Amino acid sequence: MIKLLHRIFPHPHLTILLTIVWVLLANKPSLNSLVFGLLLGVIIPFITQPYWPDRPKLRNWPMVIEYMLVVLWDIVIANITVARIILFKRDADRQPAFVSIPLELRTPEAITVLAGTITMTPGTVSCDLSAQGHNLLVHCLDAPNPEDVRDEIKHRYERRLKEIFE
Amino acid sequence: MTFIFELLIAFFLIVSGIFGFVGSFGMIKLKDPMSRLHAPTKATTLGVGGVLLASITHSVLLEGKLSLHELLITLFLFLTAPITALFIAKWHIHRHEQPSDLPDAGEDELWATHAVEQVEDVPDHSAN
Repeated sequence: MIKLLHRIFPHPHLTILLTIVWVLLANKPSLNSLVFGLLLGVIIPFITQPYWPDRPKLRNWPMVIEYMLVVLWDIVIANITVARIILFKRDADRQPAFVSIPLELRTPEAITVLAGTITMTPGTVSCDLSAQGHNLLVHCLDAPNPEDVRDEIKHRYERRLKEIFE
Repeated sequence: MTFIFELLIAFFLIVSGIFGFVGSFGMIKLKDPMSRLHAPTKATTLGVGGVLLASITHSVLLEGKLSLHELLITLFLFLTAPITALFIAKWHIHRHEQPSDLPDAGEDELWATHAVEQVEDVPDHSAN
C-alpha cells in the first residue's frame, strides 16, 4: 500500500508546491484553480519521476525556515557590499579570485541548493563542480583572503544544509 | 495615511532603481568576464525584489486586494538566475581557463568542465 502511494506520489512536497504555485498564478483563490493545481501537482511529479529517482528527506523543518531567513538577509547585505565595490572601488584595487571549496555534502539536491545560494549572495558565483562532485569552484568578486570566503560559506550555509538534508 | 503608504512604495521603487542601475553600471565598469557575471546576478535579486515589494504594498495598502503573484516572479528568478550564471561560468572555463589556472580540485584532480574535455571521444560522423 505504502509502496503504491510512493509510486503515485513520488514527491509529495513537489505536489504541494506545484498546487500552491498554480493557485498563486491564478491570483484569485477559487476551488476551480485549487482542483486544477492539485491535478497538475499529481501529474507532473508522476511523469517526471524517471528523471528524479531519489527522494531526499528534509530532516529539520525549523532549520529550513532559519536557512531561508539567513539567505534573504545575506542577499540584502550582499547587494549593498557589491554595490559599494562596483561604485567606489577602483578596478585595479579589486582582487578577484577563484576559490575551491571542499564539500562535506553528498546529496545532489543539497549541493544544488548550496551552489544556488552561493550565486545569489555576497560577491560570489559558483562556477563548476569537480569531476566527482567533491569540490565546488567559486569565483569571488573581491577576495583579499580566499580562506575567509571558504570558511564563511562552510560555516554559514553548508553546516545548515547538512542538518537539513543529511 | 495614504501619504505614508505612498512614501513606502516610493522608497521600494527607489531602492530597486538604484540597485538596477548599479547592476548595469557594473557590466561596463568591471573589466574581466568572470567579474562581470557578478553584477547582473545581484541586480536581479534586490533590483527586481524592490519593484515586487512595491507592487505588493500598492495592491494591499491602496487597493485593498491581496496579490501574491509577485512572489512567483521571485521564485522563478531564484531558480533561473543561478543556472544562467553557471552556464556562462562553465562556458568561460571551457574556452579561457586551463586546469593549471584554477585552484586545486582536491581529490578529484579536475573540474567537471575540464574532465569532460579529457574523456571526449566523439565518434566522427563526417566520414560517411
